Amino acid sequence: MSDGASPMSRVPPADRPIVQVLDVHKAFGEAEVLKGISFDVRRGEVVCIIGPSGSGKSTLIRCINALVPVTSGTIRVDGIEVVDPKLDKLALRRKVGMVFQQYNLFPHKTALENVMMAPIHVLGQDKREVEVRARALLAKVRLAGKEAAYPGEMSGGQQQRVAIARSLAMRPEVMLFDEVTAALDPETVKEVLVTIRELAEEGMTCLLVTHEMNFAREVADHVYFTDRGVIVEHGPPETLFSSAVDARTRRFLSQVL
Amino acid sequence: MRPRPSTAGDLPVLLPFRVSRTRARFTLGPVRAWLLGAWLAGLVLVMPALAQGPDAVLSPLQVILRWAPLLLTGFAFNVAISLVAMLLGTGAGVGLGLALVSEGPILRRVAWGLTQFFRNVPWLVLLFFVMFLVPFQVTVFGLRVPLPDWIKATVGFALPVMANVAEIVRGAVRSVPATQWEAAESLAFTRRQTLFRIILPQCLKRMLPPWMNVYALIAMATVQASIVGVTEMLTLTAQVHAAEGGRPELFAPLYGFALLCFFLYCYPIDRLTARLERRFETA
Repeated sequence: MSDGASPMSRVPPADRPIVQVLDVHKAFGEAEVLKGISFDVRRGEVVCIIGPSGSGKSTLIRCINALVPVTSGTIRVDGIEVVDPKLDKLALRRKVGMVFQQYNLFPHKTALENVMMAPIHVLGQDKREVEVRARALLAKVRLAGKEAAYPGEMSGGQQQRVAIARSLAMRPEVMLFDEVTAALDPETVKEVLVTIRELAEEGMTCLLVTHEMNFAREVADHVYFTDRGVIVEHGPPETLFSSAVDARTRRFLSQVL
Repeated sequence: MRPRPSTAGDLPVLLPFRVSRTRARFTLGPVRAWLLGAWLAGLVLVMPALAQGPDAVLSPLQVILRWAPLLLTGFAFNVAISLVAMLLGTGAGVGLGLALVSEGPILRRVAWGLTQFFRNVPWLVLLFFVMFLVPFQVTVFGLRVPLPDWIKATVGFALPVMANVAEIVRGAVRSVPATQWEAAESLAFTRRQTLFRIILPQCLKRMLPPWMNVYALIAMATVQASIVGVTEMLTLTAQVHAAEGGRPELFAPLYGFALLCFFLYCYPIDRLTARLERRFETA
């Protein structure tokens, strides 16, 4: 797998954006968390959002699958208007997979059941067919043999990979990753990043909020630096990481790199 | 067994009770295991009184032995009332509890009002209300179905059970982290699917100890039914006492026997509840 590390080996991103975010504002009461965010993610692209804690990154990513309603602005995902009051949330969420910082697996279900639940109950797919696919997905995230394990019996890295498989079982068009390695032990971070990188190499559209700068540098097509609710600076990783223009970006990068 | 239409030796005070005896015996089954224990403990209880008993009248022990089958049948009624009240109250309480966590603001308000009301009024007053408001018979498709007093009392006890179970359900659902809802939502589960497939299965265990606690409380409260004239253990104890001439030295043994029956029934439930609580805490 290590030989596939170069982004060049990936399916090239298409030109049409699959996620469009335009001038999104979000306020929780008085506190304005997002102050006019705009960006695009093209099909097959890997986009990373970096920035200090509390800069609204997690809120932004939650707006995209309508877990958090925006105050104003437009979000479009593969032709679906997310901000539309008549939004079919379920249709949107079938297209958008999400992986959380705290994994959020269903603790009363085994790894296999966690992966199988949504396709069976949400998509109404055939149970046997779903099981074959779920086992294949668990094998893909290197968890073959862990099918019968409960979340409480697995390490953080293993749980997070089950969460990725669970999300993939819905065959999403876009995957959102919300600081998925932030709660992990250092030694298990790598196994999760390897899984995400493989996904990216297969052409999955990925939007990541992350603190893993090396990962962003290696895998991302585009990196956005946010601070206090605005995008301060963005560009391809090689440009942003080596020659950032804004003083805030430089300060942040000097702290984390 | 030969039929006895009117047994000469029996006191008239017992006659109305005989009618329902066959039905009552049915519910006696689970209690039977405790019968022996109750008997033995009762024996110890009446020992001191036994020594002073005059020759002509029965000793307290003899009185208890003589009336124990009847008193235990009465106790079986208490158990039956508590079980049916629990069944009805749990069914209604789960519905009310789900209304408490529903998204509809009006439904939630109404459910909240009902829950608060029935949790914060005396059970005995509720019982009086139900005894008055529920008719003694109902007509279903032209068929008259009589509602015996103990059924009405059961409804009266089911109301506080309902409110307490609703609160247990609400608390348990709220105790599941919001991130579980988020995860389910992001997988396109509907709210209903999330509740029934993901949230409730996780908190069933958590609901069990407080639910059992409500049961033990309601089982002990069933003696209040005697105040509204339902024939149960306390009523029968008073009647037996009267039938034995109201002798003062019989008071403690007879009511002591009733206390013992309830204790032997409720104490194991209490212990089991405590044990489950501890186990779920560590799990």
